[in-house]
Amino acid sequence: MSAAARVTETDEPPVRKLYRSADGRWLGGVAIGLAGHLGLPVVWVRMAFVVMFFLDGLGLLVYAAFWIVVPLGVGGRATPRPVFETTPDGRRRLRKPDRGQLFALIVLAVGAAALVGKIAADNQSGRYVWPLLLVSGGLALVWRQADNARRASWTDPGRQTRAFRLARGLVGVALVGTGLAVFVVVRGSVAQLGTALTAAVAVLTGIALLAGPWLVRMSQDLTAERTMRIRAQERAEVAAHVHDSVLHTLTLIQRNAEDAGEVRRLARAQERELRNWLYKPEGTGKDKDEEPDTLAEAVKRAAAEVEDKHGVPLEVVVVGDCPLDEGLVAQMQAAREAMVNAAKYGGEGGAVQVYAEVEGRTVFVSVRDRGPGFDLDAVPEDRMGVRESIIGRMQRNGGTARLRSVPGGGTEVELEMERADG
Amino acid sequence: MSDETGTATEAGAAGTERRVRVVLVDDHRMFRTGVQAEIGRTEVTGVEVVGEAADVDQAVTVITATRPEVVLLDVHLPGGGGVEVLRRCASLMSATEDPVRFLALSVSDAAEDVIGVIRGGARGYVTKTITGTDLVDSIFRVQEGDAVFSPRLAGFVLDAFASTDAPPVDEDMDRLTQREREVLRLIARGYAYKEIAKQLYISVKTVESHVSAVLRKLQLSNRHELTRWATARRLV
Repeated sequence: MSAAARVTETDEPPVRKLYRSADGRWLGGVAIGLAGHLGLPVVWVRMAFVVMFFLDGLGLLVYAAFWIVVPLGVGGRATPRPVFETTPDGRRRLRKPDRGQLFALIVLAVGAAALVGKIAADNQSGRYVWPLLLVSGGLALVWRQADNARRASWTDPGRQTRAFRLARGLVGVALVGTGLAVFVVVRGSVAQLGTALTAAVAVLTGIALLAGPWLVRMSQDLTAERTMRIRAQERAEVAAHVHDSVLHTLTLIQRNAEDAGEVRRLARAQERELRNWLYKPEGTGKDKDEEPDTLAEAVKRAAAEVEDKHGVPLEVVVVGDCPLDEGLVAQMQAAREAMVNAAKYGGEGGAVQVYAEVEGRTVFVSVRDRGPGFDLDAVPEDRMGVRESIIGRMQRNGGTARLRSVPGGGTEVELEMERADG
Repeated sequence: MSDETGTATEAGAAGTERRVRVVLVDDHRMFRTGVQAEIGRTEVTGVEVVGEAADVDQAVTVITATRPEVVLLDVHLPGGGGVEVLRRCASLMSATEDPVRFLALSVSDAAEDVIGVIRGGARGYVTKTITGTDLVDSIFRVQEGDAVFSPRLAGFVLDAFASTDAPPVDEDMDRLTQREREVLRLIARGYAYKEIAKQLYISVKTVESHVSAVLRKLQLSNRHELTRWATARRLV
C-alpha cells in the first residue's frame, strides 16, 4: 500500500452537508438550513435574501434554486422557536418577538410597501408583477406540500388528513393557473380570459385522457417490480442471518445435549440476539459505540467471538487497515461465517488461520483450516451455509468469494471486496 | 497439519542422525518447563536442551559456555530484552565454525518487538501458540540455516514494507520483490513451506531462499529505513 493510501485511512471528520431545515421554517427552510450550516443567526440570512430580492429579484431566484437542489434534512437550528407560546393557564398568545426578528419584520414591511408603491405608480410593470406573484405563491404552496409528504415518509407515520393535503394542492394549482391565465390575458383584453381558460382546460383534459391510463399502468408496474426486488433481497438477508446464528446454535445445542446448563445458556443467548436483530432498527442489537469501525478491529473481534464460542484457536494476521463501509461489513459477516465453519468442521486440525489485507482499494480476507475438507458440489442444495452466507452474500454486495477445499487437505475461503472510497 | 506431523515423526525415527543442541531463554519458569516437556524427549524429537536462562546476563553466560546450535529466545526479558542478548552474542552468531542461531519465540503482538529481534539477527520468529511438532521442525530448519517465519511475522513484515514504500531510495535492497511478497502472503495465510512450493510451482529450496532474502533485507535496510527505526526508538 502506498503512503498516499495510508493518509486517507486516518479518520476525517464527516463532511458537513447542507440541508434545508424542516423545523421552524417560514417557507422552504432554506434560510434556517443555510444559517445552521454557516453558523450565522437565521435573521442575517433572511435579511440577505430580502436585500437580494431587490436586486432585480435575485434573492428569489437564489432561494428557489436552493429549495429545488438542497434536500430536506434535520440540520440547521435544533430548537424551533414557535410564533405562539402557551401560557401556564393553557391559552396561546403571541410570543414576544426578539429584537432581531422585530427589525427583520420592519424591514420586510418597508420593503413590501416600497414594492407595492412602485407597482401602483408604474402601471406597465404592475400588469406583470401581480400574475408573477400569484404564480410564485402557488408554486411555493405546492412545493412545500411535496416537502411535507417526503418528510412524513421518514419522520412520523401519523398522517395529515388527506382532504387538507388535497385542498392545499388544488389551491396551489389554482393559484398557478390563475396567475398564468392572467399573464396571458393582460397582454390582450379581459374578454379573452374565459376563452383562454377554456382552451387550457380542454388541452389538459385531452392529455390526461390520452396518457393517463398508460401512466398509471407504468407506475403500477414499476412499483410492483421494486417491491419484488426488495422482498427478494430481504429474504436472502434474513435467510443468511438465520443461518449464521440460529442454525449454528441449534448444532451446538445438539452437540451439548447432555449438558442442560450449556443448552440453556446457548438458547438464551440466541433468543436475545435474534430478538435484538428482529426488533432493533440497526439489526445488530448492539449499541453503535460498541461496533468496530475499522477493518482490523472487526476481524479481530469476529475471530475472538468465534474462538470463545467454539473453543478453537484462531490465528489472526491483519496487514493494513481501513474504515469499514457497507460492502466491508458484508464481507466481515461472510468472513465470520467462514470462521465459524472452519472452527466447526476444521478445528481438529489445529489453529484456524485468518488473514486480512488492505492493499489500495482491495480488501482481501482468507480463512483457512487444516480440517478434513469437503467437496462443494457434493453439498446438498438445501444447505445454505457456504452458498448463501458466504458466496451469495459477497456477490450481492459486489465482491467475490472463492472456496478451495481438498479432501484431507483443509479448506480455504478467499473473500475479495473493493472499498467504497479508495 | 497432517503433513507436519509426518515430518516430525520421520525426524523422530531418524533421530539418531538428526541432533540439535538447544538453549531455552525465557523468564517464565513454567513456560520453560512446558517447552522442555514438549520437545525435550531427545530420543523422539532429536532435540537436546543443554541449558536454560531467565535473564539477559544468564543467557549470555549460558550460551557462551554451552555453545548450542539453536537458542530459543523470548523477546521480553529482564535486563534489556531479546535484542540485548542478540547484541552481546553477535560474535557467536557470525562465527564461521558452528555459529549459534537464534529463533525468537514470543507472545508479543507488537510488530516492533518482533522486527527488532529479527533486525538483531534472529533467524526466525514463532508464536507461543505453536505446537510441539511444529516447534521441533522450526528448530531443525533454523539449525540448517533457513529462516522460519510464522504467519504473524509474515504479516508484520508485509506491513512494515508496505508503510515504507513511499521513497524508494534503493529499490533492490529496500523493497520486497513481487515473488517475495507472494511467498510472505502465503505464509501469513498459514501455508507451510511445502504447500507454498506446490502452489507457486517452485521448489521448497526456492521458497526458503525467498524467505532468507526477506530476512536479509530486514536486517540490511538502507539508511532511510534505519533512521526511521532509530528515531522511533529515540536512539538519535
